[in-house]
Amino acid sequence: MANISVSTSDKGRATGTKGDTVLAVKDLAVGFPTDDGLVNAVRGVSYELRRGQSLGIVGESGSGKSVTSMAIMGLLPKTAQITGSAKLEGEELLGLGDAELSRIRGKKISMIFQDPLTSLNPVYTVGYQLAEAIRTHYSDISKSEARARCIDLLDSVGIPNPQQRVDAYPHELSGGMRQRVVIAIAMANNPDVIIADEPTTALDVTVQAQVLEALEKAREEVNAALILITHDLGVIAGHTDEVLVMYAGRPVEHGSVDEIFYQPRMPYTLGLIGSLPRMDESRDQRLTPIHGTPPSMLNLAPGCPFRARCPMHQDICAEVEPDLLPINGSGHVAACHFSDQLEGKAPDDVFAPVATDLSVEAEVEAMDAEGAAAADEEDK
Amino acid sequence: MNAMLDTPQTAANPVIAGKDLVKEFPVRSKGILRRKVGAVHAVSGVNLEIGANETLALVGESGCGKSTTARLMMNLIEPTSGQVLYEGKDLTKLSRAQMRPMRRDIQLVFQDPMASLDPRMTVFEIIAEPLRVHGLFKNGGRDRVNSLIEIVGLNPEHRNRYPHEFSGGQRQRIGIARALALQPRVLMLDEPVSALDVSIQAGVINLLEDLQDELGLSYLFVSHDLSVVRHIADKVAVMYLGKIVEEGTTDQLFAGPAHPYTQALMSAIPLPDPRKERTRERIVLQGDVPSPSNPPSGCRFRTRCPLFKTLSEDQQAKCIDVEPLLRSDHDGLTRAACHYAKKKQLV
Ligand SMILES: Nc1ncnc2c1ncn2[C@@H]1O[C@H](COP(=O)(O)OP(=O)(O)OP(=O)(O)O)[C@@H](O)[C@H]1O
Ligand SMILES: Nc1ncnc2c1ncn2[C@@H]1O[C@H](COP(=O)(O)OP(=O)(O)O)[C@@H](O)[C@H]1O
Ligand code: SF4
Ligand code: SF4
Ligand SMILES: [Mg+2]
Ligand SMILES: [Mg+2]
Repeated sequence: MANISVSTSDKGRATGTKGDTVLAVKDLAVGFPTDDGLVNAVRGVSYELRRGQSLGIVGESGSGKSVTSMAIMGLLPKTAQITGSAKLEGEELLGLGDAELSRIRGKKISMIFQDPLTSLNPVYTVGYQLAEAIRTHYSDISKSEARARCIDLLDSVGIPNPQQRVDAYPHELSGGMRQRVVIAIAMANNPDVIIADEPTTALDVTVQAQVLEALEKAREEVNAALILITHDLGVIAGHTDEVLVMYAGRPVEHGSVDEIFYQPRMPYTLGLIGSLPRMDESRDQRLTPIHGTPPSMLNLAPGCPFRARCPMHQDICAEVEPDLLPINGSGHVAACHFSDQLEGKAPDDVFAPVATDLSVEAEVEAMDAEGAAAADEEDK
Repeated sequence: MNAMLDTPQTAANPVIAGKDLVKEFPVRSKGILRRKVGAVHAVSGVNLEIGANETLALVGESGCGKSTTARLMMNLIEPTSGQVLYEGKDLTKLSRAQMRPMRRDIQLVFQDPMASLDPRMTVFEIIAEPLRVHGLFKNGGRDRVNSLIEIVGLNPEHRNRYPHEFSGGQRQRIGIARALALQPRVLMLDEPVSALDVSIQAGVINLLEDLQDELGLSYLFVSHDLSVVRHIADKVAVMYLGKIVEEGTTDQLFAGPAHPYTQALMSAIPLPDPRKERTRERIVLQGDVPSPSNPPSGCRFRTRCPLFKTLSEDQQAKCIDVEPLLRSDHDGLTRAACHYAKKKQLV
């Protein structure tokens, strides 16, 4: 589909092949000052994204998935305290001014949010907004050329009757179609990286399938790298090469999609997999919930942030937060003092498949009240 | 626990049943007169039966009429036509006063736990309220509430806290405890776990299963997620644009759906298994669900049906002109409303 690619005569664009690093994030940390103190929303995220690769980021609500991406895109409020580094083709993004950021946003990195209406302006037609996106970065393109390109783009994301829909306003389209328009806008300038934050969470499954197909196609056509943020492990399994699991503001496991699903080495990852109802498993398979809730990101106690919910925890877990350490030579890393004990373990070997566990909730509460050390004494 | 709950029931003798339920909402013109200019065909001839200790899942995409069906089954809204049979009575014919004792037996749990709990009431008061409303609190209500708090796995020390102090999963447990307060026989669960993180959702699913085993409850489990449905349901009814297009036991349905819509729905649910995901057959539907105020003639699914596109003109004419009824004379094990139903194994 060469007809949609915008001519890339300008020198700013790299013409690398699949395999080069396009985005390198290192020790990214984000804090938000609040009345109650500093919320440490992101506490050291590092990853490298190669051209054409797709990275899935999973984790519970509040684990820092969105804040990580918003920091890279320069979309956080001014009060946010950001440290670390995020380099796009070697160029540092953190600390760039608004003018420089808007040169990069949309052109080199595009972002797709859960609610397409946050990205679309209700008073303009979708064609106008697509054309704007193209013309912002390619000002020499004529009006009719831009319109033709808009129609091509709408067609390539699977919008029926693009010749008519190009003149529609966002409210005249269904949620799934709006999200496809956002994807079309995101790919309009052949970005190097597309960040999609829960792009299908608000959609019905059959529409989700359409949108994911459009996203996949868009990514192939412009050979962009994709960061797919979602809490749905099924979506991750089918659409990513690598997976980063976040917990309490940090990556706790990172590996190929097969390693994460078939050989998880961090209890949280294993627990997530065990808690998933699967359509290919019958009902006698009891689910294994992870009891309790994630810790508050305000005054996080020392030690492993997962310990209050971890059936494997030991004394050291309350004292030392485990580093992300290699599992093998392949790049699979996990943050757990006892990750080697998880080799060959199934979720119900580690997590009890009971509906309620009062002791855990009591324990979590005791921790809130008295601090980690006291709670760790109690449960022995 | 409750004398009434001990009566054994079989599916042949349903606890609650909906018969030919139809609900049309008027569409009115703008302006002062607000004349009726049309109707939203939200539910168009639905039949459901739920036995004791049985879970019927109602599955479909948003707007297909699941919640409306659940509200009809509770007699919360009046049907355009049809009946709801409970204990040999047609609930739709009862007066307010006659309905009152029935209300106790049929309770509702909502999707969004936060929106359904009064933020100014403590957990204890939220669960006690239905008892007070029905004048039952004086009789051991305090003990009943305390034991409910434990049954749903909440910490008894939390009884004087407010909803905002709890996580989503804990709030959903409060909602369930409240629904159980009056010892109901039927729970209508409208997307009860859809808003929860997976690690938390699993605990609520297990809780619902345990409660059913202990109390013999009947569940109508409304969901858009076939993975959750496979785990919790005994029977499944798949809805599309106000009609049931396929139904069967959970095993029958997953062994091979025969309706093209069920097949598309099943193939669209992602499996958390990368190897399977790479090799699975995908049926991606084109277009959007048509408006329920102007549903297509004949088969309502025909505008998106992948099978329809492969049919000859004569065959297509049947889809356009003749409404397909639920039938079992096809090679699958379910009842499917498709003229050309054919079983397809997908998981
Ligand atoms: N502007 C802000 N001020 C204070 N705290 C914030 C702000 N934005 C986010 N946070 C906090 O940062 C943490 C991480 O939030 P983030 O939005 O990244 O979570 P997430 O992993 O994307 O969750 P979800 O799955 O719900 O989208 C949360 O504890 C959140 O409450
Ligand atoms: N009170 C109402 N007035 C008008 N239309 C309604 C009303 N309630 C529901 N509908 C319409 O009926 C259809 C079915 O809705 P609903 O039962 O809520 O679907 P679901 O629960 O399957 O998402 C939708 O088109 C919806 O917009
Ligand atoms: S470090 Fe300890 S508490 Fe943390 S996941 Fe490993 S075993 Fe559990
Ligand atoms: S009756 Fe026709 S249009 Fe309807 S599902 Fe069957 S094949 Fe498709
Ligand atoms: Mg988020
Ligand atoms: Mg609903």
